[in-house]
Amino acid sequence: MLKTRIIPCLDVKDGRVVKGVRFEGLRDAGDPVEAAKAYDAAGADELCFLDITASREARGTLLDVVSRTAEACFMPLTVGGGVRAVEDVRALLLAGADKVAINTAAVKDPDLVARAAEKFGAQCIVVAIDAKRVSALGEPGRWEIFTHGGRDPTGIDAIAFARLVAEKGAGELLVTSMDRDGTRSGYDLGLTRAISDAVGVPVIASGGVGGLDDLVAGVAQGGASAVLAASIFHFGQATIGEAKAHMAAAGLAMRLDAPAEPRL
Amino acid sequence: MTAQTVAIIDYGSGNLHSALKAFERAAREAGLDGTRIALTADPEAVAAADRIVLPGVGAYADCRAGLDAVPGMVEAMTDAVSRDGKPFLGICVGMQLLASRGLEYAETSGLGWIPGDVGPIRPSDPALKVPHMGWNTLLPARSHALFEGIPTGEGGLHAYFVHSFALTPERPEDTVMRAEYGGPVTAAVARDNVAGTQFHPEKSQRLGLALIANFLRWRP
Repeated sequence: MLKTRIIPCLDVKDGRVVKGVRFEGLRDAGDPVEAAKAYDAAGADELCFLDITASREARGTLLDVVSRTAEACFMPLTVGGGVRAVEDVRALLLAGADKVAINTAAVKDPDLVARAAEKFGAQCIVVAIDAKRVSALGEPGRWEIFTHGGRDPTGIDAIAFARLVAEKGAGELLVTSMDRDGTRSGYDLGLTRAISDAVGVPVIASGGVGGLDDLVAGVAQGGASAVLAASIFHFGQATIGEAKAHMAAAGLAMRLDAPAEPRL
Repeated sequence: MTAQTVAIIDYGSGNLHSALKAFERAAREAGLDGTRIALTADPEAVAAADRIVLPGVGAYADCRAGLDAVPGMVEAMTDAVSRDGKPFLGICVGMQLLASRGLEYAETSGLGWIPGDVGPIRPSDPALKVPHMGWNTLLPARSHALFEGIPTGEGGLHAYFVHSFALTPERPEDTVMRAEYGGPVTAAVARDNVAGTQFHPEKSQRLGLALIANFLRWRP
């Protein structure tokens, strides 16, 4: 039986983890490779790096991080941030990424998704959708795509965009609520559900996790196939094991294999 | 253990880097110190290797074209497998290429070593998403040396899958493992000295490293 995935997400800037990770026994909390190893050992189902490096020149640093992570962690790795062309996808896959997330570039040119999927297969192309609710309270939900970290509105309806990129060949959608991101008030379940119901590909819920019940709700109410979180894991509020046990107790199918030996 | 070489075929596809690292670690942990693993695009190196691995991430037609673009590679693989009986492992699209043909985007011929077609996954439950993506358990169709010592079944270890297409072998006995996803999905195949996994051993943590170690010891 296929299990629900828990995906810790690390924001990486110039080769370093930005929010910081407080793990016991971690030699260097700012090194994404060390953090990845800790999550690997803890039994995370996948790992996500989002590169928020502003400059194009620092791209080599990210590739090095991906490559060193792939050497040490035998688990799936999604990498996003700054992917603008098929060549960027190729470079990340060759460095060791298993899936590549495309965000702004897919909004500007949805055919990039088609070109990348045809070249590398739909299974490794993730489209990251950042959306904000634009409907008033009490109205049926309506969400709009925002780019550049939620700053720039596009006028594009999030559900229609999700359908479009899934048709173009996205193998998975990473759906982040810009209203909830960083608020710890839970996923925007209306958004997650609306997109999950609209497409046939898996949806990852993202943005706003404050506690373990939010992870359960992302799947049970949001219809997500996987749940992504950052802070609650980075700052030691919950371990991956606790999150899995909590979700399993709520009736979700989780992978509870004993984790690999830690290799820190 | 005597010295042996393993060729991981580099044909411009696949996550070769992590496959290489996983094989190196599995060999080390299994105490197979004489094992040398090389990524290679050289048919002569493939011909000289004791074991051959065909990874594959990507679209079927694109992978097939990549393989054909290396002069002499398909011939070297065919000689090694059919004439010399060397152990061969295909991973993901590398396994799908063992089939007679693939039906992703366009109809494409495979190697034909495991007769059958590679077609789209169609789960009976429409709520199930495609790609089949994530960790699933393995349900044995028959026993095989590659899975020796690995707990399978619903309570067993998990393997990591990410695919929209699957191989359906013509000969039922070629199927070794299945996964359940709105119906059975072929998870591993084998015939004589040829084997393949739809899941990614190099991404499947404990199960994956154990399977790779079994492959390195396999004497078909």
